[in-house]
This record gives sequence, structure tokens and C-alpha cells, in this order.
Amino acid sequence: MATEKIKIQIPVMADLAAEGRKPEWLFWVGSAGAFDDRYKKVTREFAKILTHLNIDYAVLGIEETDSGDLARRAGNEMLFQMQALQNIEIMNAYEVKKIVTCCPHDFNTLKNEYPELGGHYELWHHSQFLADLIEKGTIKGISESFAKNKIVFHDPCFLGRGNGEYEAPRAVLGAIPSEKTEMRRNKSFGLCCGAGGGQMFKEAEKGDKEIFIERTEEAIETGADIIATACPFCMVMMTDGIKYKNQEERMKNYDIAELLSMSMGL
Amino acid sequence: MTAQLIFALALLLTLGVFAFTMRRYFYNFRYTKKKAISNIPARLRETFKVAIAQQKIFRHPVMGLLHALVFWGFIVILFGSIEMVIDGLFGTVRVFSFMGWFYNVLMASGDVFAAIIAVSILVFLFRRLFMHVKRFYGVEMKPISKADANLALSFILFLMITLLGMNTFYLLETLNADQNAVGVFPVSMLLADLFANMGDGSIIFWHHFNWWAHILLIFVFANVLPYSKHFHVFMSVPNVFVSRIEPLGKVDNMESITREVKLMLDPSAPMDAGADEPIEKFGVLDATDVNWVNYMNALSCTECGRCTAVCPANITGKLLSPRKIVMDVRARMKEKSPGLIKEGAAFDDGKSLVFDYITEEELWACTMCNACAQECPININQPSLILDMRRYLVLEQSKAPSGLNTAFANIENNGAPWQFSPEDRMNWADELYLNETA
Repeated sequence: MATEKIKIQIPVMADLAAEGRKPEWLFWVGSAGAFDDRYKKVTREFAKILTHLNIDYAVLGIEETDSGDLARRAGNEMLFQMQALQNIEIMNAYEVKKIVTCCPHDFNTLKNEYPELGGHYELWHHSQFLADLIEKGTIKGISESFAKNKIVFHDPCFLGRGNGEYEAPRAVLGAIPSEKTEMRRNKSFGLCCGAGGGQMFKEAEKGDKEIFIERTEEAIETGADIIATACPFCMVMMTDGIKYKNQEERMKNYDIAELLSMSMGL
Repeated sequence: MTAQLIFALALLLTLGVFAFTMRRYFYNFRYTKKKAISNIPARLRETFKVAIAQQKIFRHPVMGLLHALVFWGFIVILFGSIEMVIDGLFGTVRVFSFMGWFYNVLMASGDVFAAIIAVSILVFLFRRLFMHVKRFYGVEMKPISKADANLALSFILFLMITLLGMNTFYLLETLNADQNAVGVFPVSMLLADLFANMGDGSIIFWHHFNWWAHILLIFVFANVLPYSKHFHVFMSVPNVFVSRIEPLGKVDNMESITREVKLMLDPSAPMDAGADEPIEKFGVLDATDVNWVNYMNALSCTECGRCTAVCPANITGKLLSPRKIVMDVRARMKEKSPGLIKEGAAFDDGKSLVFDYITEEELWACTMCNACAQECPININQPSLILDMRRYLVLEQSKAPSGLNTAFANIENNGAPWQFSPEDRMNWADELYLNETA
């Protein structure tokens, strides 16, 4: 068995449309997935999984613009709707039906809030997408590379409480041989990372502590050496928390897609 | 006959005062904003799950169970209270007893529940008076709020004591008169043994005393409730029925903005119906800007503090407390209500909900994580209120924290909250390699 490094090209909707092709899936990258240095790595790993499994997909590329989730939750309804209507116009033009995204915020907004503005799509968070493929047995060749690690999952608010999905990310982690643990506050009791509702882009209000520190401390208490996340904002917060608590030697933060891709050796 | 007359007068007074209070609340509702309620079957299911089956209160299993028992007990005991009203008005004795075995089951359950409720209330009072339960404290929990809680609990305790007293002395009275008691009373039967040596006269007196004390306490309690946080007793079941049933992550769309944005993107677009309606203001500034469901939420809140206890901002020492937001809506409406009744919607006392009651600092501390809404045992939605107040600040006053203003400008100009060129949106895909095993 020889391993070969193949350079991959990400399919773009406009190019496929020019050839008269309509892919089954739109991979919605999102602003954080496209621009945040850390989350770009997650986008790349997820794209590698999609390519490896020969999923029929494309991205919007430079035609994608911010979903507006941040603007809406920070009170700027005007800006949110401008963004949403632009995205809906483009996605409807490509007759998009199924969307997968690594961002629970965009997942929530596109799934629950775009319909009222004329955008009706079937939304899948990447945790659900991957859990489904694992259940169908499509994903093979998961190695024992994390067998010695202890993983704790931090629930993203917009996937968990926001949309009631607690099991899919755990099912993805469940397919990766490793020890799992839970924080005291998990699933619907999960504590926010502190970045939602626009907090990511502003100074925190005066208090005793930053929320991300409170949450990181809880993760550290579990004795886990990997915090698994499934959201770009949670990732920024948990990574910062690990740094702040000087745990970088002992503890790492990965997205569930990265863990899967790494254990598949992609 | 005299007794019936006194009873009728007491009932009339009770209903009169109650109607007067309710009229005031109906006025207040008239000054709130419209919101359509649809999907009745889903709402009935939600009411069954959350209100009747008490699903969310069990998130705190021990205290939740005690509350659920109190709630279910109230429903069973309510049946007996209705019977007492009929008996009181028409001079009958246990008028529902014709129901036979079903009556026995109801009376037995009511009797057992009365004891369970009394014990639960003692636990609740003990927790409030002697244990430092964090969620019973906070800036919004003024001495009056605490007194209110203890008063309501004491009322319920006395209601249960008088109910058990009534049953106990009823058993003794029928026993002494060689009559068969109707109904089964497992707890009062045991209590009756304690008073078996009492004289006939005393037994009759205590039976009447407890009967009257119980029903009059109900009458008074019913009229105290609307002025107390324990209005909860009346409001929470209907509140669950009208509460938001969409996924917690979803935010309500602002139709008025949709019309404007569609015109901006396409000036030739046809105007939708409703476009001529004048828009007073975007978002919520004062209590009269909230919709009627928000106001209903505020009237139903019993200040249990489960929301604040799970709020990440509050846990880390920030000013925000979701319970305070809800209590402020209620308090501000109460303050404004007399003026509204006198002068109508135009009434202005120079104050507002945002700024005078709720500060910008509180509003901007929210992470929209929905922990509060998830926790609320009666589906109060605090984040929607916070968001509507943020909308006022941003859309009407352009008052957002500077970091957010920068993010807004970036989204508007570059299509992302950071300052990157939209042309670079695909850069993540550069030099991407995949290891394929052949």
C-alpha cells in the first residue's frame, strides 16, 4: 500500500454551473471558516474528508458573503437581512437544496432564519453529516492514533440548546478510538464559551472572570488532554483558555472534523 | 341561611376585587405589541409536556419533584375547592359525593397531597430562610421580593393545614354522630386519632373553623396573587401555551426591516401589504414596546432564578441577570400603568425600560447562549427581550460597543466581520493536499 500526496482542487459552484452541473451538496464555509487562521485548518480538513469520500459538493467561493448571524444577534437587523437576502439570491440561483457547514451559527441561521426571507434549504451541521456517514459505514480506515488520548467535548450553544443536537458530535468522537469524558455542565446544561451574541468582537463587560476561562477550567478538571469543539467561536475561546491557563504542553483543542481526518490519516 | 348569605357576600367580594385587578391587567395588555400565535396542536403538546407533566422543572430533580407534587396536588385539591364553593352557596354538604368511588379517589388523593404539599412548603421555607441558596439572591432580589415569596409559601402552608384540619374534624364529627363519612381520608384518619378525646362541641367548632378558614384563605390568596410574583399560579399554564415553540436558536424576523431592505436591494420591487403602516420605532425602548407574549412571560415569572443561575455572564460576575430583565418589564409596566389608563398610549413620564431600569451594560453582556430560556420551567424567553432592546440601541440610536461597530462596517464592506478582502475568501483552499492510500 503506497500513500500518495494528491493536490486537491475545491469545486466552486460557478464553475460547475458553467458546465451545467448541479452538485448534491453546497459546503457553506462561513466567514470564520474562510478567514480565521485556526478555523481555516478545520475547513481544509473537512474538505479533505469530502474529497476523500467522493462527495458530490461545491463551495460558493468568493460569491459567499457573511451569513449575518453576528449582525442579527448584535441587534443590527438591517445588516443581517441585507446579507441574508444576498446569500439567498445566489443560492436560489444555483438551486441549492442541501447545505453542510462546520459553523453552528451559520447552520442555525440558514436553517431557521433564512426560510422567512425566501431561502429554503436542508441544513446539515458537519457533525451530523459525519455521524450519518459513520452510521452508514462509509467512513473507513480510522486508526488508533488517539487511543491514548482522553477527549472532552464542549457543546456549541447553537447546535445544542439552539437546535437540540447533542448526539451527532458525540457519535463522531465515538467512532474515534480514545477515552471520552464529559464536563460537569454538558449537553443542554453546557456552559457557553463566551463568544456568542457578538461577544467575540467586543470587550467583555466588567466582571470577576472571563467566561472562556471558567469553561476552560471546567474542561481541565476532567483530566482530558483534548478539548473537542465543533464551532469556530468555541475554538477561538477554548484555544485562548488553554493558553491562558498555561496548559499548551498538556492539552490541545481540535475540531471533531480534524480529529476524524487525522485519525483517517488524510 | 345566614352562613350561606355570608358566604355569598364573601364570594361576591372576592370576584369583584379579582375582576377589578384583572381589568387593570387587560388594559396593560392593550398597550403591548401584537404577535400572532399559530400551530395550536404543537402548543397543546408543549403545554402538556412542560406545564402539566412539569418536564423542565425536573432539570433540578429533587426540588423539581417537590414542585411537581405541589402542582399536581393543587389540581386535585382544586376539585374539592369547587365543591366547597357550591356547598357554601347552597348549604349542601360534600355535594360531589354522588360520584361514589371516583369521589373517594379524589378526596383520598387530595388528603394525601395536602400533607405532601405542607411538607414540601416547609422544605421550601427552610431553604429560603436558613440555607443560602445562591439563586434566591441577586441585585434584583430586594427585601420585598423575599417577603413576597415567604408570604405566598405561608399562605399555602395554612391552606394545607386548614384542609387537613377540615378533613380530620369532619371524620370525628361523623364518627361521633354515628354517620358514615363520605370520601376517604388516609392522612386525616391518622390525625383524627390525636383528637379523638375532644368533646363533641369542640369537634364541631373546629370542623367549621377549618372549613371557613380554608375557603376564606383561598379567597384572599386568589386576590393577593395578582399583586405577587405568585401570579405564577394562574399565569404559568397559559404562558406555556403562548410561549415560543420554535427552536431556541431562531430569532424572530423584523418584517418592517424586510420591507425596507427589499426596497433597497430592488427599488422597483412591489410594495407588500402593510407597507403603509407607520412604524413607531424599531426594537424595544419601553415596556409598552414589548409584545404581549413578553408581558405574559413577565407576569408569569415566579423569580425562581434558575435562568440567572445558569447565565454565563452572571456566573462570571457581570451585571446581567436574565431574571432581572423579566422582572423589570413587569415593574416598569406597573409603574407606567396608571398614566396609560389616564392618558392613553401617548402617556410619557420621561422614563423608559431601557436606560432607567435596564442598562446598556447588562444588554451587551448577553452571549445569546439560550441557557436561561432552556432552563425556565415555564418557557419564558429572556434572550428575545434582550435582543429587542439591542435592536432599539443599534437601529434607533446607533449605540453599539465600538468592536461591534467595526464588525458591522467590515461585514457591510467586505462581507466578513474581519478586515479581509472578499476576493481572498477562497484562500483557505490554496496548496491543499490529500494523502490517498492506493
